[in-house]
Amino acid sequence: MSTDAFSLQTNYIEFKSASMTVPVLLLTHGDLSLLAQQLHEKLAQAPEFFKNSPIMLDLQKLSEAHQHVNIKDLLKLLSDHHLIPIGVRGGREQHIAESLSLNLPVFPAQPVSETVIKASTKKKTPTITTTTENKLIVQPVRSGQRVYATGDLIVLAPVSPGAEIMAEGNIHVYGCLRGRALAGVLGDVNSRIFCSDLRAELISIAGTYQLYDDLQQYPAQKPVHVSLENQKLIIKKI
Amino acid sequence: MARIIVVTSGKGGVGKTTTSAAVSMGLAKRGFKTAVIDFDVGLRNLDLIMGCERRVVYDLVNVINNEASLNQALIRDKRCDQLFILPASQTRDKDSLTIEGVGKILEELSKDFDYIICDSPAGIERGATLAMYFADDAFVVTNPEVSSVRDSDRMLGILSSKSRRAEKGEEPIKEFLLLSRYAPDRVKLGEMLSVDDVQEILSLHLLGVIPESKSVLNASNSGVPVILDEQSDAGQAYMDIVARYLGEEKPHRFIEEEKKSLFNKLFGGK
Repeated sequence: MSTDAFSLQTNYIEFKSASMTVPVLLLTHGDLSLLAQQLHEKLAQAPEFFKNSPIMLDLQKLSEAHQHVNIKDLLKLLSDHHLIPIGVRGGREQHIAESLSLNLPVFPAQPVSETVIKASTKKKTPTITTTTENKLIVQPVRSGQRVYATGDLIVLAPVSPGAEIMAEGNIHVYGCLRGRALAGVLGDVNSRIFCSDLRAELISIAGTYQLYDDLQQYPAQKPVHVSLENQKLIIKKI
Repeated sequence: MARIIVVTSGKGGVGKTTTSAAVSMGLAKRGFKTAVIDFDVGLRNLDLIMGCERRVVYDLVNVINNEASLNQALIRDKRCDQLFILPASQTRDKDSLTIEGVGKILEELSKDFDYIICDSPAGIERGATLAMYFADDAFVVTNPEVSSVRDSDRMLGILSSKSRRAEKGEEPIKEFLLLSRYAPDRVKLGEMLSVDDVQEILSLHLLGVIPESKSVLNASNSGVPVILDEQSDAGQAYMDIVARYLGEEKPHRFIEEEKKSLFNKLFGGK
């Protein structure tokens, strides 16, 4: 009975797996005063970023001649510079033993992809993993103008003859479309063109195009959407 | 600070210089100190329309090259002492114009003028782009036919992307449509685009319609801005345009075909 009640209780702890980016301090020399001086210089470049930052000590590039360095001294060096060590990786046996005795986790050696300062500059500017960006146009797109969107393109104004609007994604035109409209220019066959008044010189999805003459059978001033099916442009009323 | 107006069109022969002359005279007549600059270096025309071709000593390029001062080059109009003309050079070409030189002249003029009208040459090359670069307002002169509308549309694109205001990210140039050489009877016959047709493509604020009129050619030939011919329909259209530009409410005229009275039919007055 009591065990049943216990099992119905909500779990207050849960083990989850998470991965995060942590700066790694890669050492190639064992002289503490030299390390201190260089660390000071590096940190001066981005003091706020590194203040109380967690840091991983990486000893895999430490050559035979510099193996004498001990973890305790290194930890002192880090705390002097307001860095909080969260572990050691790539060390020799004596380093692993010393780390464990200091309650410092030990990680296996891994290739280092980027330098710490590079990581810091990346952090300061917000990192956007995707490069697609939608674009909203409220002014008329005039003859001779070209508009390009890496994501979807939304136009709330007319597109004049001789203008060219292009998007890697979908195109929406809530005005009269008289110019050229090219959706999915990088080859996305699922992109579409939505248009409230289709009088375009040319429409294209992922390279498949139709000219005005082929479009004339569709009534103007009626909202339509254009999609690509079996390498043919299909125009349907909305 | 002066307000800088560019009169532009892209296409040639639509009435840019006629409009520049009429609008500058109209503003000056209302008491605003106005300068009108001819940017059509090599094809100087404004001085003819303004009737001051015999008084040109120095020109725009002389001022840019520091060969003359601005005061030496400016010609005061004989009919209106608030109006000054800065003619173009006939012996040079448009490469003589520099952005720094034009900027300096406009800055200097801005100090004590109310309005500066820049009469743009046709095309979208150097002269035209420099004429519009520093503008605050743009008068886009368009004829009711497809090629003129297309060229105006192109010009509007350039206005919104290559002007100083656009480059500095300031409030964009205010664009106004002036539909010139409009003939309602020909619109009715389907030979000409209507105001609505043009508006549909350009979607621009209509400042006025200037009817096709003999008075324009007569005025140009005699060197009198057509706005001074107060009896003529074109003159009145420009007066309305100036009034609307200054914020007055005026109903649009000359869009509908005028019903001819028996008197007019008999004596053919137009």
